[in-house]
Amino acid sequence: MELLNNLALGFGVAFTLQNLLYAFFGAMLGTLIGVLPGLGPVATIAMLLPSIYALDATPALIMLAGIYYGAQYGGSTTAILINVPGESSSVVTAIDGYQMARKGRAGAALAAAGLGSFFAGCVGTIIIAAFAPPLTELAFKFGPAEYFSLMVLGLIGAVVLASGSLIKAISMILLGLLLGQINTDVISGVPRYSFDIPELTDGIGFVAIAMGVFGFGEIISNLSRPAEHREVFTKDVKGLWPTFADFKQAFPAVLRGTALGSLLGVLPGGGALLAAFAAYTVEKKTPAKPGEVPFGQGNIRGVAGPESANNAGAQTSFIPMLTLGIPPNAVMALMVGAMTIKGIQPGPQVMTSNPQLFWGLIASMWVGNLMLIILNLPLIGMWIKLLTVPYRFLFPAIIVFCSIGLYTLNNSPFDVYIGALFGLVGYLFWKLGCEPAPLLLGFILGPMMEENLRRALLLSRGDWTTFVTRPLSAGLLAAAALMVVVVMLPSIKKKREEAFQEE
Amino acid sequence: MKIKSQRDFWSGLMFIVVGIAFAWGAAANYNFGSSARPGPAYFPFGLGVLLAILGAFVTLKALTIETEDGEPVGAWAWRPLLWICLSIAAFGFLLPKLGMIITLPLLVVVSAMAGDEFHWKDAALNAVILTVGSWAIFILGLKLTIPLWPSFLGA
Repeated sequence: MELLNNLALGFGVAFTLQNLLYAFFGAMLGTLIGVLPGLGPVATIAMLLPSIYALDATPALIMLAGIYYGAQYGGSTTAILINVPGESSSVVTAIDGYQMARKGRAGAALAAAGLGSFFAGCVGTIIIAAFAPPLTELAFKFGPAEYFSLMVLGLIGAVVLASGSLIKAISMILLGLLLGQINTDVISGVPRYSFDIPELTDGIGFVAIAMGVFGFGEIISNLSRPAEHREVFTKDVKGLWPTFADFKQAFPAVLRGTALGSLLGVLPGGGALLAAFAAYTVEKKTPAKPGEVPFGQGNIRGVAGPESANNAGAQTSFIPMLTLGIPPNAVMALMVGAMTIKGIQPGPQVMTSNPQLFWGLIASMWVGNLMLIILNLPLIGMWIKLLTVPYRFLFPAIIVFCSIGLYTLNNSPFDVYIGALFGLVGYLFWKLGCEPAPLLLGFILGPMMEENLRRALLLSRGDWTTFVTRPLSAGLLAAAALMVVVVMLPSIKKKREEAFQEE
Repeated sequence: MKIKSQRDFWSGLMFIVVGIAFAWGAAANYNFGSSARPGPAYFPFGLGVLLAILGAFVTLKALTIETEDGEPVGAWAWRPLLWICLSIAAFGFLLPKLGMIITLPLLVVVSAMAGDEFHWKDAALNAVILTVGSWAIFILGLKLTIPLWPSFLGA
């Protein structure tokens, strides 16, 4: 079995002492930032990017991946205990999880979330291992026209499924693509939009943009709101183990959540957030058994389903990134950036040129998930203590780590200035209700998109119809157009707005 | 004409301005080429025009479609905005000259002033912890070359 051989290779890599340590460190750090409200995985990964210069590619990516799925775990802990979702993907967990905690069943809720996530993580790992090779095969058939269309689909998909105004989100993508045009043109060697500033001829660092918008910008907007006072349910986190009845109720929800999450995670723009929302809706629609607690009052299915879904989605969203080099969300965009920093060109060739990295990363996700469950259930007391750290200590720390990270990118103050500037820009976006994640996706994909567009046009001698006459490319573009049309339909539009209203 | 959504109106204007700026910058400075041989201006020009068009749509929508509360932009939080951005920029400027030992506590204390709750004791404590911590992580642990002492000390 090729699958088993590949996984064996992966586990061989993941079980070296060094990689275990980095997976552990990543998962720990991820849980930590998931617990702390106001600090997300995007800002944290951006913060750590400068430090991975000192690491090898494999441990570096293992650590960053650990942060991503660790954050999903940590986010659910705070959602259950204090009704404050540490991550956007655990927003729905808070609905029933917090009610369970209020009834003294915090332990069962946390265990359901943890065990459900672990199960979903295992399935997600197998799915990646099974589906990555055939997708990679397909990707090798792609020419520049197909790649361009695929990126259009990826970008459109990313915003169709996101909340907020569609047209503004597409504008943000374009803005990101344009910012990515500040560089030296690869084909002609002409520096563009550099204003004779030598640093700008290499382009703006995406670390500076990510830290500015997601780190500094978010701090500014957090500070502009009055401080909120949180009530922590710490007294009764006993009786961690769920009862047999809990198991019986939660298990089907875990299965449904995992299936849904795995599917939605692969879609561009999907990932953890959408998966959790969809799973909660499905659980609510599934008829309740007699004697079950109603939804919204502490039903264990309302915790197990979305938590399994968001973890499965977090795992499978690695598939488009690993096989095609197309990031489906902002975290994956940073992972693509991390690969580039380590000199690995993301795309279908990663699997054959760096099998150690590819399979090691996949296996490490399973190892990391196992660590998380061992780590989190007994250590919950410690995470709760962390919740009491006031924001006035936290935000200067974030600023310090970001600023040092920016300086060390090129050992020059230039990136620090750019970061500060994008802090201002990020606050402006927040004020105007423009979501910044599509901007980052556009920025990452911009240069790749331009190269593929121009190559496709060169090959077709300037004939734009090449994008619709090649069947694969036409199919991808049609899918993108279909998504936009479907979302614009009045009935769906209303549903979509309702779905995001619950946030 | 009354603006129905302040937020969308200003975002639309922002998109129009940025789109036109990029498109104009491309057309004025770089070679456009042709569809068969696209030049460096080809892609950014197209993107800029597209962004300006979408921006116009957003603006138009903000002027015509009724919203519940007019979606106001709201007051600017000048203090956190300026305090944070300027303290970071100043950190970048001063770090090569004064070293981490001086600039880092400065960054912590000044940026802490952006918050509503500011206490000298807390900020000082935080500054000490973060400076020692950063030294341990970045210089001792990751061995990054960050100036620690002021350059005039000739270290």
